[in-house]
Amino acid sequence: MKEQTATQTAPSATTTERMSGAEAIIKCFLAEGVDTVFGYPGGAIMPLYDKFYGYQDQLKHILTRHEQGATHAAQGYARISNKVGVAIATSGPGATNLITGLADAMIDSTPLICVTGQVGSHLLGTDAFQETDIVGISTPVTKWNTQITKAADIPTVFAKAFYIAQSGRPGPVLIDITKDAQFEEFDFAYAKCNSIRSYVPVPETTQGSIEAAAKAINEAKKPLIVWGQGVVLGEAEEELLAVIEKGGIPAAWTILGASAVPTSHELNVGMVGMHGNYAPNLLTNECDVLIAIGMRFDDRVTGDLSRYAKQAKIIHFEIDPAEVSKNVHADIPVLGDSKKTLAALLPLLEEKTYPEWRQQFADLYQVELDKVINDDMNPKTEGLTMAEVIQQINKKSASKAAIVTDVGQHQMVACRYADFKQTRSNITSGGLGTMGFALPAAIGAKMAAPDRQVVAVIGDGGYQMTIQELGTIFQTKVPVKIVVLNNEYLGMVRQWQQLFFDKRYASTEMINPDFIKIAEGYNIKAKLVTDRKDLASAVEEMMKCDEAYFLEVRVEKEGNVFPMIPTGAAVSEIRLE
Amino acid sequence: MENKEQLYTVSIYTENNIGLLNRISAIFQRRHINIESINTSASEIEDVSRWTILVKMTEVQIKKIIGQIEKQVEVIKAFYHTEDETIYQESCLFKIKSDLLFEERQIQNIIKDSNARIVTVNKEYFVLEKSGRRSEVDLLYRELSAFGILQFNRSGRIAVTKDAMEITKMLAALNS
Ligand SMILES: Cc1ncc(C[n+]2csc(CCOP(=O)(O)OP(=O)(O)O)c2C)c(N)n1
Repeated sequence: MKEQTATQTAPSATTTERMSGAEAIIKCFLAEGVDTVFGYPGGAIMPLYDKFYGYQDQLKHILTRHEQGATHAAQGYARISNKVGVAIATSGPGATNLITGLADAMIDSTPLICVTGQVGSHLLGTDAFQETDIVGISTPVTKWNTQITKAADIPTVFAKAFYIAQSGRPGPVLIDITKDAQFEEFDFAYAKCNSIRSYVPVPETTQGSIEAAAKAINEAKKPLIVWGQGVVLGEAEEELLAVIEKGGIPAAWTILGASAVPTSHELNVGMVGMHGNYAPNLLTNECDVLIAIGMRFDDRVTGDLSRYAKQAKIIHFEIDPAEVSKNVHADIPVLGDSKKTLAALLPLLEEKTYPEWRQQFADLYQVELDKVINDDMNPKTEGLTMAEVIQQINKKSASKAAIVTDVGQHQMVACRYADFKQTRSNITSGGLGTMGFALPAAIGAKMAAPDRQVVAVIGDGGYQMTIQELGTIFQTKVPVKIVVLNNEYLGMVRQWQQLFFDKRYASTEMINPDFIKIAEGYNIKAKLVTDRKDLASAVEEMMKCDEAYFLEVRVEKEGNVFPMIPTGAAVSEIRLE
Repeated sequence: MENKEQLYTVSIYTENNIGLLNRISAIFQRRHINIESINTSASEIEDVSRWTILVKMTEVQIKKIIGQIEKQVEVIKAFYHTEDETIYQESCLFKIKSDLLFEERQIQNIIKDSNARIVTVNKEYFVLEKSGRRSEVDLLYRELSAFGILQFNRSGRIAVTKDAMEITKMLAALNS
């Protein structure tokens, strides 16, 4: 490793202090403003844990019940706060348990630092007890990773890691540290990293691309904006809103873009993608200019690529040059940081309103309202729907809660019906679709934003994938709200079986345990709702409770999520039933 | 044109760091693209490695791959070039029984005509080195295999471009 040549750091700190590698790691965290880390101890990381003991007043270590939980908690922490989340594990099985969280953070561009212990450097490569090649294993799921075998490398590597994790398009970084490097003493000094010569986090924006984009938008008859998480990561919410309002442009969002613009804004036309809204999906294949902002044309958004927005001129605002024309050809790429590019676009935009074009959205919304939304929100059936639970959460939290969702039907329903008023209110596993994400992510989110209400909405399947994190809630007393929407099925898979596999419900029915007893076993307040008449009061009680709270709602067993774009269909072939 | 498969030489300038081989080869592997040859060595710039990778694919594909390669933190710059845009060679070694050198007249002619170089000779075997284009190396291989080859090994392609690759200038700009 040649850290010196690879890293230009700010003038190095003048004072040095002799300490062990383990203590130096803690000093690095403190220098980077880290206040909370999530992890699980073990042999190869014990020197670091020993040092945590002495720094408890400055650095909180949260013991999760599984290393996967530590990564998701760190993700929740990062997603709500825009800070780097930190997860720590021992070597071998501890390290491999981080992989799901790393993969999730990689695809959803979440800034994360994972620190893993490693066997002593003299044992490397010998198949020693709890040795795995975690650098090799994690390479495809990290933005950057490295191994430290000498304490003296700790400051430069950590400085570089924090810089890489949070600059440009953020992502996860893994640092593996041998046990001897944690014990070794050296003279510590820390300097933050602010550039690496081979790394260009934000590509240069050309004025020409902004002008070309403005011209195309000004000439459009039917423009449509689709924004993604790039807006949230770039903290460009205000700039986006200004562009939408001045340009009078209908704007839709990908699941990770949710909450960047208030749901009820008149120009917010809803979610795109497989279970998105009817109007923006259908009209994607009718707009004449499609303005994609900080989104990457995932296949769950585009459906059949060969029939996606073929009629439209595509403008792509993007920080990662590798995303431009990767899936959808961009006629006008606008590289750069969305906060700056949108701000530069604004003065060039003409004020417009497009009444007829917007009427098309309104008409299609009415169709979706009649065929889907009304039945979801005000069902005439006996069984409770997931949507009415989300509606109660909106009401009883005054639409202020951050909603952390797991993966499945409830996720789609929650994102469709949550009434977001504030940005960073939607925390979900988008790109990887990781069941088990929500419970630990909610813990991390609540710790990073203690002043916000954090409500996890989870299916009965995904809940059981990381249910052990109830132990973390119990021990830390973190006041998260947990809502399990129990349909006694792996609902989303069952829906596909119903629609595409002749109702052959193979291995999707779940015989569930008594969730209330389990919650109570962890000393968490719990309530079961099986009847509509009890729903509103139960949600209210949960929201008013200042402790952790578990609410199980038995919902319709065979409820389906619509609209839906079947796999392989075009976005305009979206089905309402 | 953009959708016709052809051979491309990919040149990558990187920091000289452990683990990068994994990252870069994985970019090809994920897309099921077979690497025809790969060579990495020091470049004209201190501490900077130069990679030369030979792959067969369409221009649409190679453009996307270059984007993915450049995205790696330790990659300074990646380029792709067609055959006409580069000057390239590969190098190979043949190990052959010594008796043949003295007994087979024809072998001596082959060595002379092919511009191969004798690296070493001893009682049991001699070693020939040949640098050139793939076709020249292949021809020599065919000619010698009639007599028996004990061992053969060929390097990956190495290449320089006809046009300048202004890495030094780029680095200076990055450093300033
Ligand atoms: C770790 C993991 N395994 C499997 C899947 C595939 N999968 C997607 S949705 C789903 C069903 C989820 O069921 P549940 O958690 O009960 O939620 P529901 O769909 O009923 O709301 C499954 C199995 C996944 N996304 N993640």
